[in-house]
Amino acid sequence: MPRWAAAAGRWGWRLLALLLLLLVPGPGGASEITFELPDNAKQCFYEDIAQGTKCTLEFQVITGGHYDVDCRLEDPDGKVLYKEMKKQYDSFTFTASKNGTYRFCFSNEFSTFTHKTVYFDFQVGEDPPLFPSENRVSALTQMESACVSIHEALKSVIDYQTHFRLREAQGRSRAEDLNTRVAYWSVGEALILLVVSIGQVFLLKSFFSDKRTTTTRVGS
Amino acid sequence: MAAERVVRLVGSSSRTVLRGGMRALLLLLWLAARGSALYFHIGETEKKCFIEEIPDETMVIGNYRTQLYDKQREEYQPATPGLGMFVEVKDPEDKVILARQYGSEGRFTFTSHTPGEHQICLHSNSTKFSLFAGGMLRVHLDIQVGEHANDYAEIAAKDKLSELQLRVRQLVEQVEQIQKEQNYQRWREERFRQTSESTNQRVLWWSILQTLILVAIGVWQMRHLKSFFEAKKLV
Repeated sequence: MPRWAAAAGRWGWRLLALLLLLLVPGPGGASEITFELPDNAKQCFYEDIAQGTKCTLEFQVITGGHYDVDCRLEDPDGKVLYKEMKKQYDSFTFTASKNGTYRFCFSNEFSTFTHKTVYFDFQVGEDPPLFPSENRVSALTQMESACVSIHEALKSVIDYQTHFRLREAQGRSRAEDLNTRVAYWSVGEALILLVVSIGQVFLLKSFFSDKRTTTTRVGS
Repeated sequence: MAAERVVRLVGSSSRTVLRGGMRALLLLLWLAARGSALYFHIGETEKKCFIEEIPDETMVIGNYRTQLYDKQREEYQPATPGLGMFVEVKDPEDKVILARQYGSEGRFTFTSHTPGEHQICLHSNSTKFSLFAGGMLRVHLDIQVGEHANDYAEIAAKDKLSELQLRVRQLVEQVEQIQKEQNYQRWREERFRQTSESTNQRVLWWSILQTLILVAIGVWQMRHLKSFFEAKKLV
């Protein structure tokens, strides 16, 4: 085989390999996690992302204190892409500018004694397709595209449902806090009231009882 | 996977000619295609808990993979024997429904029977303490709930479904999940309403009781002091 053919063959393989790899869809998927963040704690999560992938980070604080948390998202070089302090809910979309490990941290270091429950949803790229789509060369039929659009619509319904559930959890946790506080406050105030009023009477009586030696006769 | 096959193909045909950079790029793309999940670090005695609020009869599948930091090579080793994770799952009533030890790579599944907050706790149960030596354990975790937990390739193979039938099956599963969630929502709203009404009742009764106590105490105070001063011949 002539040398130029061998060289061409090698370059051809390399180019083909590169092209095929670029066509392979990037890993997709979403991670939805609810975790508890103790006071004065920081929790970090890492993910390896390929360049050019569109990612979305959404978080919400469900219970605890003033329902706020610090969030920080950094790229592989440590550059801060997103930083917010004491946020209750936010959503951030970005496109990965380089390959590597992206890291995002939630911090409750400003709080002294309240635990926070934080929910986040980190979406990387597109969801993996239903089929390995090795022989997906023809376009989708009308039925199939209808199914795809219904699927997307239902995904957004589930997404809204999740947010609604979280808001309701937040409202309910506040209501339950209020209920326990009212109970403790009622009992506490009743006791204080009784103690103070009975104490007042006896204290007043003691003012007049000790003065046997000194003359404090009124109206003499 | 497609990427794996391509990399092997490239390797065999032009092994000596690939430059370092090209190889690194291919390796990175191949690694990316393996589907690495989110990961976090955990200390030796640390216990990390995750909460999943789910309706009843919902399946949850969790996959995890651990890596230990090798100080000599200054990188994370893929798998270490003898390293295990203890997984504990509690239902909303704090009853343990799953408590098992898994290896360094594991997959746990459970189905909820009561709706509410389920707690999934992980902590390492390493048999060789010297392995840790002040390092951290890296845990890759992926939790799939409800419809996302279904393996459609398996369902298609088992029930011999065509592409369209599989898509429709996915839609049916999704709609069922929405229905379950809405039922759960109704139950929770009822609980919320009960809590609010209980608070309302408590505030009402407390106000009435407080007024009565105040009036009674006031009357008692005046009568007691009056009789005291009359006895002292001051009044």
